[in-house]
Amino acid sequence: MNYKVDPGLYALGHPDADSPVFISANFKMSFDHLRTSLNDGRSGWILVLDTDGINVWCAAGKGTFGTEELAKRIESSGLAGVVKHRTVIVPQLGAPGVSAREVQKRSGFKVVYGPVRAADLPDFLDAGMKAAPGMRIKTFETGERMSLVPVEIVHAVKNLVWVLPFVILLSGFSGRGAFLSHALQFGSVSVIGLLTAIAAGCVITPMLLPWLPGRAFSLKGVWPGIVCAALFLFVRDVLWGLHPAGALETFAWVLVIPAVSAYLAMNFTGCSTFTSLSGVKKEMKWAVPAQIAAVALGAVLWVTSIFV
Amino acid sequence: MGKLVYLRNVVTLQLDQGTCCGCAMCTAVCPRGVFEMSGKRARIADRDSCIECGACARNCPEGAVSVQVGVGCASAVINSALGRTSACCCSVDQYQTSGKSSAGNGGCC
Repeated sequence: MNYKVDPGLYALGHPDADSPVFISANFKMSFDHLRTSLNDGRSGWILVLDTDGINVWCAAGKGTFGTEELAKRIESSGLAGVVKHRTVIVPQLGAPGVSAREVQKRSGFKVVYGPVRAADLPDFLDAGMKAAPGMRIKTFETGERMSLVPVEIVHAVKNLVWVLPFVILLSGFSGRGAFLSHALQFGSVSVIGLLTAIAAGCVITPMLLPWLPGRAFSLKGVWPGIVCAALFLFVRDVLWGLHPAGALETFAWVLVIPAVSAYLAMNFTGCSTFTSLSGVKKEMKWAVPAQIAAVALGAVLWVTSIFV
Repeated sequence: MGKLVYLRNVVTLQLDQGTCCGCAMCTAVCPRGVFEMSGKRARIADRDSCIECGACARNCPEGAVSVQVGVGCASAVINSALGRTSACCCSVDQYQTSGKSSAGNGGCC
């Protein structure tokens, strides 16, 4: 699928030489957010930068939404001949890539940083291009967090697929009797155990993020992992009529589910809007070895529980 | 709900108040409300909220703000450690070189 918009100058409504100029990225969603938020009968110019189809914030971090591209695009679009004023409104989240002073020096256009959310643009414009305090802050509300859940699940399940053949194959050796029926029964229950871990790390953790104890995401992910492990072990016997999990298998799940959940929660740092690279590196220093150790030990216990 | 804050005392943000010209640009570009004006100078009011995006440093006309810029993304750190630079999403190096990005295929991250 193609989510790119052609870079260049676009007219919104019936703009003239005095209409404001808005800068956007050539990611379709960025462009559409901007258009819809100005849909209340306003006119203006939209100058779309070439960011390789990446949204404003990420592209600003990469530098593709940046001083260089903005100055060049102002020139190549002939903006100076289209409008009389010399001001462009850049989304605030583009600021990591844009030096306002440098852009003015190179293009003659003054950069005014608009609000974080395009939806606040009408109020921003009506206030004479002044941002109310709340407009400058990037939030991370429950709805914003939950919108990221589907893609997180897809990523996690893609990784899980690699483990499936081993789990099902080894499950065939559990208990005496037909290999295939064990592989299917014990195997599918075990796969559900792993899916429980994904639910803990990719759904419950993002949902409850502000209220989970701890600051490190790995730690936040451990709590839903423990609850889900307990739930899984409880439901396992009741629902599938398996013989109760022995001590080895119980320990295995108590290690693996929270560890996988912690790993997935840790990866949610990239989706969040309040983590720093220094912080993530600090967290990973202790979290990654702990996660690897727990999963490795859990795997050994699980395999052992099958063969003893 | 209060502001979400990550780990304490870890970010690399520095502000040299001596060279601050009081233009308040840092307070405008910071998406985390880290800076506030105190008299004619900026001041770091909420350091632990900083996400090291670098908007302040890039837009400070006096070079009074410095920060080691990066994206707080564990997947990016893992991608870099494994030498995966062509992955859909980011790697840490990409941000540090700020050069051309690899073939972008959508709005990842």
